[in-house]
Amino acid sequence: MTSTAVIAGHEVTIDDEGFITDPSVWTDDMAAALAKNVGIDELTPDHWTVIRHLREDFAAQGETPTLRRITSNIGIETKRLFELFPKKPGKKMAYIAGVPKPRGCI
Amino acid sequence: MKKLVVLGAGLAGTMAVNRLRPHLDSDDWDIVIVDQDETHIYQPGLLFIPFGMYRPDDVIRRRREFIPPGVQMITAPIEAVDTDAQKVLVNGHTLEYDYLIVATGTSPRPEQTPGLLGDAWRDTVHDFYTLEGATALADRLDRWDGGRIVVDVMELPFKCPVAPLEFVFLTDWWLQERGMRDRAEVIYATPLSGAFTKPVSSRRLGHLLDEKKIGLEADFYTERVDTEKNVVVSYDEREIPYDLLVTIPVNMGADFVKNSGLGDELNHIVVDRRTFSPEGHPNVFAIGDAAELGTSKAGSVAHFASEVFTANFLRGIRGLPPLEEFDGHANCFIESGFGKAMLIDFNYTTEPLPGKFPLPGIGPFTLLEETEMNHWGKLMFRWTYWNVLLRGKDLPLPSRMLLAGKESS
Repeated sequence: MTSTAVIAGHEVTIDDEGFITDPSVWTDDMAAALAKNVGIDELTPDHWTVIRHLREDFAAQGETPTLRRITSNIGIETKRLFELFPKKPGKKMAYIAGVPKPRGCI
Repeated sequence: MKKLVVLGAGLAGTMAVNRLRPHLDSDDWDIVIVDQDETHIYQPGLLFIPFGMYRPDDVIRRRREFIPPGVQMITAPIEAVDTDAQKVLVNGHTLEYDYLIVATGTSPRPEQTPGLLGDAWRDTVHDFYTLEGATALADRLDRWDGGRIVVDVMELPFKCPVAPLEFVFLTDWWLQERGMRDRAEVIYATPLSGAFTKPVSSRRLGHLLDEKKIGLEADFYTERVDTEKNVVVSYDEREIPYDLLVTIPVNMGADFVKNSGLGDELNHIVVDRRTFSPEGHPNVFAIGDAAELGTSKAGSVAHFASEVFTANFLRGIRGLPPLEEFDGHANCFIESGFGKAMLIDFNYTTEPLPGKFPLPGIGPFTLLEETEMNHWGKLMFRWTYWNVLLRGKDLPLPSRMLLAGKESS
């Protein structure tokens, strides 16, 4: 089930949870708008380091990285990820970075 | 003489030598397979041990029974791989190779979670992905008299991703059989956003947890276990109290993988979906759970992938480019208790869909629905595993996933 939404002036297709369905249409200016939707008012340089890494790793691996992979790749503590993206970091950072949410097989 | 060394004599490694030996002339090729021990465990059967449905004897065979003539088997610890020198260090001895296949799987690492391996380990805190763990849990459940059972997945990815869900379903059934369901709570904790995360599965199966009165703690990323207070604590400081904690510990590949520089952050080897080689190592291959392919770590995946791997390996050694790419095909029975099971069939691009399997419209198995026939399929699978899969024979199923017989939602 998909629908259309306007995010930072861009018309994009989103799924029923609001995730952008095509990572390639994502642009930097969408991140701030998406962040506000999940209660993050300001994106700091630390947020951006994580967002950039998600984009790069997704482009290279074809898969959204796990929290453990992010911590090991960019040397950030798991606790810090929970501070930056409270409660549901895996889901929130994927949402903001315009990549698929972490999924199981079923 | 060319030397092929296979590390690991589990499902993937054993299938590989059974499939490759007939195609590699023994005048030209030496094949050696190495494993640290002699015991082959039928891992899908471990799930049944805690509930007394299987005993340890039901899941154990000797690895050697399945290694074909013309393949030398060495039982010894694998210490190191040097890809520059093309050597493997096994129990202090050096094995040289021209081609190396890593099939050493992935294993539960309870030491990765603070607090797990304390005095409470295998008393009030358990696992069931090892024979020792499953057996200790059977013993614990025998003495169980009600309380709160928490099943907690520590990290992604882990092998046989549906097993924890099967475990909670079977726990609910087992508690009812023993007349203790009203004295027990069952909670499923997962780092994912739900028990079912794919749209069609969520829609069709989402009701199961409610019906079975299984509590769900989603987005729960475990930081530590506090065995003084009997709680599991997440990074966002939620606490789940337990009387009995059943964990799915962090899964990691073998340590020698890490030291060889071939592994990712969990010692799994990221490989190409055609060649099964890691980047920059054309004569090294990883198969089975040891490989990171972006699909489930499961026996069915190892099986379907082995057909693609063998065909492309045999082309590669003749200097030919690989043909087919692995499609990520997986096929899993999901026990749901009360003599029923579900079945899922999916790949990289197609999520689990309802329908009939393997014959479109006929079955006998039904996808994404609980049926008794699916349960019998799961029980019969053990025979298939020992007699067909491990011996490298083909199942009467194509390795590629088919859309025929599947409905769109």
